[in-house]
Order: sequence, then C-alpha cells, then structure tokens
Amino acid sequence: MSLVLEVATGAVRGGTSILFAALGETIAERSGVINLGTEGSLLAGCLAAYAGTSVSGNPWVGVLCGAAAGGALALVHALMVVKFRTNQLATGLVVLFLGLGLTSLFGVAYVSKVINNFTPWNVPGLSHIPWIGEVFFRHDPLVYVSYVLAPLTWLVLTRTRVGLLVRAAGERPEVLETYGYDPALVRIGAVVVGGMFAGIGGAHLSTAYANAWFENMSNGRGFIAVALVIFAAWHPLKAVGGAYLFGAALALAPALQARGYHVNQFALAAMPYVMTLVALVIFGRSRVDEAPEGLKAVFELTPTN
Amino acid sequence: MIRPSRALLVLVALALGVSACGDSSSKGASSSGASASGAAAGGKCATAGATGPGTGGTTVGFIFVGPKDDFGYNQAAYEGAKAVEKACSDFKILTAENVPQDDTAATVMEGMVAKGAKIIFATSFGHLDPAKKVAAAHPDVVIVQQGNVIGANPPANVGTYFGTVYEPVYLAGIAAGKATKSNKLGYVYAFPIPQTLANISAFELGAKTVNPAVTTITVNTSDWCDPAKQAEAANSLIAQGVDVITQHQDCQATIIKTAEAKGIKVVGYHADASSLAPKGWLTGSEWNWGPFYIELVKFVATGKFTGSKYNADYRVGYKDGTNPFLQSKFGPSVDQATKDLIAKAKTAISAADGSPFKGPVLDQNGKELVAAGKVPTYDEVEKIFAASLVQGVVGQIPK
Repeated sequence: MSLVLEVATGAVRGGTSILFAALGETIAERSGVINLGTEGSLLAGCLAAYAGTSVSGNPWVGVLCGAAAGGALALVHALMVVKFRTNQLATGLVVLFLGLGLTSLFGVAYVSKVINNFTPWNVPGLSHIPWIGEVFFRHDPLVYVSYVLAPLTWLVLTRTRVGLLVRAAGERPEVLETYGYDPALVRIGAVVVGGMFAGIGGAHLSTAYANAWFENMSNGRGFIAVALVIFAAWHPLKAVGGAYLFGAALALAPALQARGYHVNQFALAAMPYVMTLVALVIFGRSRVDEAPEGLKAVFELTPTN
Repeated sequence: MIRPSRALLVLVALALGVSACGDSSSKGASSSGASASGAAAGGKCATAGATGPGTGGTTVGFIFVGPKDDFGYNQAAYEGAKAVEKACSDFKILTAENVPQDDTAATVMEGMVAKGAKIIFATSFGHLDPAKKVAAAHPDVVIVQQGNVIGANPPANVGTYFGTVYEPVYLAGIAAGKATKSNKLGYVYAFPIPQTLANISAFELGAKTVNPAVTTITVNTSDWCDPAKQAEAANSLIAQGVDVITQHQDCQATIIKTAEAKGIKVVGYHADASSLAPKGWLTGSEWNWGPFYIELVKFVATGKFTGSKYNADYRVGYKDGTNPFLQSKFGPSVDQATKDLIAKAKTAISAADGSPFKGPVLDQNGKELVAAGKVPTYDEVEKIFAASLVQGVVGQIPK
C-alpha cells in the first residue's frame, strides 16, 4: 500500500473519534458554552460503550451507552455553567477530572474483558472505487455514521429552527427571551447533545478502533477536538477536514516507521498540538472575532451574562 | 450556590450514566490508594533475632504504577504480592495501585513505612528516584526496585532486581521465524529503553536461527499504553506485509485483537493472552514473580541485605533456574518440530557458555556488538543494548 493511501486511510480511521467530539463541541460552542470536559465525555463514552457491549453482546447497545454517559457528564458541565454561572473553562476541567476518576473507578472490571466489537464493512460498489473506496468505504459502521452526522449537524445548525435557536443562544440570548424561549434551556440541551456526540466518539475508540478499554485511553483526543472547533471556525463541515488532518498526523508516525524511515517520535507525537498552536497564531484574533458572541466573553475571561 | 440536593442529584445521574451500562457484579472495584489485607495461612518468613536494614518489620509494601488488573505488567507484580501474602503468615501486605513515578511515590512509601513496613517493593522503572529518597530517610528500611539500574556503590538499603526478559523473547522469536511466510516480523514498542532494545534484538536473533532471511520491523508509540496508537501501529506494520507481530507495551489487548482480526500470527508479552487470539497465538512471555518475591522477602528478613547480591542490580535468568519471566503456552499452529527446536535452544542458552547474544553479534550498521565466541553476562547485556539494535532489525532508535 502506498504511503499516501495508508496515511489517508489511517486519517479517516483515527480521525473519526475526534470528529464526533468536534461536531458535538461545535454545537455546544455555537450555543455559547465551551466544554473542556469534552475529553471527559469522550472517555466516559469509551468505557460505557465498552461495558455496554460487554454486557449486551451488541456494539450498537454500547454506542447508546456511550452517548448516554457522554451526555450525562456534559449535563454536569451545562448545569454548573448555565444554572450556577461558574467559570466555563475551570468547570470543564473539573468535569474532565470527574470523568477520569469515575472511569478509573468503574473501568477496572473491564480491562481484561473481551467484547464483540464492530468489524469493518465494505460498502458495496463504493468500496471498489480506486483510492476513494479504500480511503473512505472500507471501515467500521461508526465511520459511516460520522459521514451522515457531519452534514446533518451543519444542516440542522444552519437551516432549521432548532439550529437557529442554538445559534441565537450563542449570539443574542436576549432576542430568544423576547420571543419567549429560555436561552438557558437551549444551552443545556446543546451541551448535552455535544457530550452525547463525544460519547459516540468514545464508543468508536473503544469498540471499533482499539477494541479495548484502558484507563485514560482517550489520551487528549477530546482536547484536540476542542482546539479543532476553533481551528474550523465553528463550522461542522470544516471540522471534518480538521479531524482528518489530525488523524493523518497520528497515522503518519507508524506509517513512516514501518517503512524504516527515521522519525523523531517525540516531534511527531507533539505534531497535532503544534498544528493547533500554529493555527491559533495564524488565525488568532480573527478567530476570536468570528466566535459566537457568548464565547467571546469566555475568551476575554470576563463573566458571562 | 449549589443546593446540596441538586448536587447530589447530578452526581447520582452521572454515576448512573457511567455505570448503568456496567455489570453489577463489578461493584467494589478498588481505586488508587493503599489498602491493607490480613495475613493468610502460610509459613513464617521473618528471622527471629535478626538485625539490620529490613528486619523487625511486620509489613511488606508494594507500589504499582498502574491498575492491578491491566492484563500485564502491574497485574503480574500484584499477583506476586499476593503470593507473598499467602506464603508469609507473619507479614501484612500493603499494596498501592496507580502510583505515579514522581514524588507521589515517595509519599506513598513514607505512608507504608509509617504503617510498619521495613521492606518495600517499588515495581515500576520510574520509581527508583523516589525509592532512593525514602531509603535515605529510613536507613532501617530496605527498598527494592523492579527493572531499573542503580549502578555501582548503591546505598546500603536499596537494590534493583529483574528477570532476564530477553531469554523467553528469544525463544518466542524462534516460533515467529518458523511461522512467517513474508519473512517480516513486526515489533510495536513504547520507548527505546535498554530492556526493550535487548528484547527486540533477541526476538530477531531467535527468528534468525531458523530463518536467515527474516527481518523485524519496529514501530514505537511513545506511550506505554495508548490503545488507539497501538491499533494504528499494527495496521501500518500489517500494510507492510508483516505476518507475525509482537510488542513491548503495558497493555496488549489491542495489538493482539488487531492481528487476529487480520488473520496474522501474534506473540504475547507480560501475560498469557491466548484467549484474545485463539487462531493466531504462537506463544509469548509472561511473569511469575511470586517465588522470587518470597525468596527476596525471606532473605531481607535475615538482615544480610547490605552487601549481598540483592544490594545491587540483581538479574536472574535461566542460568540460575529461577527466571520470573516464563514462556507462555503454545498456540495451535506451532508444530512439534518447532517446539523441539525451542526446547533445544532453551537448554543451550541456560548453559554457562550459552546466551541469545553469544558472539558474534553485529549491530544495524554491521559494527560488532559482541566479539565472536564471547558470552555476555546478564549485567553486560543491558549496557550493550543501551542504544543499539542488532542487524536485521528495521527502524532507527529515536534519540
């Protein structure tokens, strides 16, 4: 397999969990709430999906469990920041550590369990297209779910009444109130849905990609997702490209090494984070200007309304 | 303000979310922190009237860097601690999981000393510095560390110990060399520490004894356990035509399952994971620390630790007969002829003039690592492979 093809395939495979989390975080941030606890939701999703699959024998049940756990953790974040007006960044970190602790506690029983995980399914017809078939259509079913979810998220956010409510909560909550809606409820809903998406990303990680549960196995991918949302300027479709770019960075190191090339493992491991920093430096100010109004206050570290 | 009832509700909802999908029989799983357990039936391990570092205690402490059920390194060490508990009815056993390799470890060990521990096993590579610190503060306590190197002139109450991990890995290499059809073996490792480099080299040399054309392709993950990175590493190796894969990671499930799913052969490390790959499992290496830990506890309790072979970098292998690192059972595809070859090779490397690294051994650039006919001692092996890999290994050591 050529290097380009292998890295591209690995980018989709490895980028999918990040993509789910980034789509979810896009929804949350569009409503005016940044959720650093996304990493925790991703991790909770990993464990709940693995446990759910282990008990039920069906990985789709696992996906539901993953979404539920990711959403539950996000609900904590949403209630704290929306109802009790706590600092969004600090609360997100607290929620992350809560997720880390709870998954360590409940996870030990599943480390040595074997599950009936997702297996790759070649899409009939499409998987035979040269290059494209190999890169996009020979994956596990959750990858295909992400293909549907990304445009759907964009469509709902930009073309529907529900999307309008979410965006209004992030930009002009007072307008929502004028029309008789409760911006707090909209925000809570958006953050919980975001957490559920991250939970599905976790399910991909543990039941389709790595096929194992291990403590802290998300290893920062949730943080990459949060950075990615800024990188993609709060646009769900741009997030797809960004997620695959990060996936490619993760796939490049082993692909080069397996060919005997010398790579600096530490430099490659740091690459996704360096890319984020570079993007922030390049887009910096303009990105903050593009941010939903509700988020600007968070970035400027002033109290939210 | 958060009203208590609400906060409680949130926590309950959260716990339900995480555990609703869980199995109710898993309640009571332990978390990090020290836990004491009473002595079980067994013999006495203390020596009456003995004096000196490590004597006079009623407790033996064990610290682990990871969870005790990791299907790998930490679980093996934990089972060793349980074996001590069973064998020594006169000692209480303290264990602490998830102890980081920093000053936290020193705090945990101090706590064990305060609870009466005179012997402590610090079982991770990075626990050596905190171990030295605690040992310096408590000259009456003996701390033994698993796997690191302390060098010449160690403190009177500190030592390191390890098995010779590369011996069973060399034997597994023979099985791999016989099984491969593409002549490409894959090795996923975490960091280029001497132990790992010696393992990779032994694996390649073992395979070469039965298959001169074989190469071992290496990929490192820069992480002791990142399952997603392992999956990607295994996929890359398989894409290059590797048809036998092995690894040096703390957790091994992902790589073994990936290999099995792709229909290639796999060699385990740390624990018997043949159940994860019923078809592809060849063999592997696994820990059995119990007998060695018991031997060490009994010896330290005599008060003769200082100046003994354990008050140094002690390495035990097939030549002494008690290597705590054993060969795992064979998988279904390994034929009798291969098993016989491995048995013969084991006898050869157990003899005084035998070693997987018996010279001549060349490095990746053809430079001589071990001179023809020379048999390096256990001690020398870690120095030889401080930053070298043998010829036939593909992939450079990251600097």
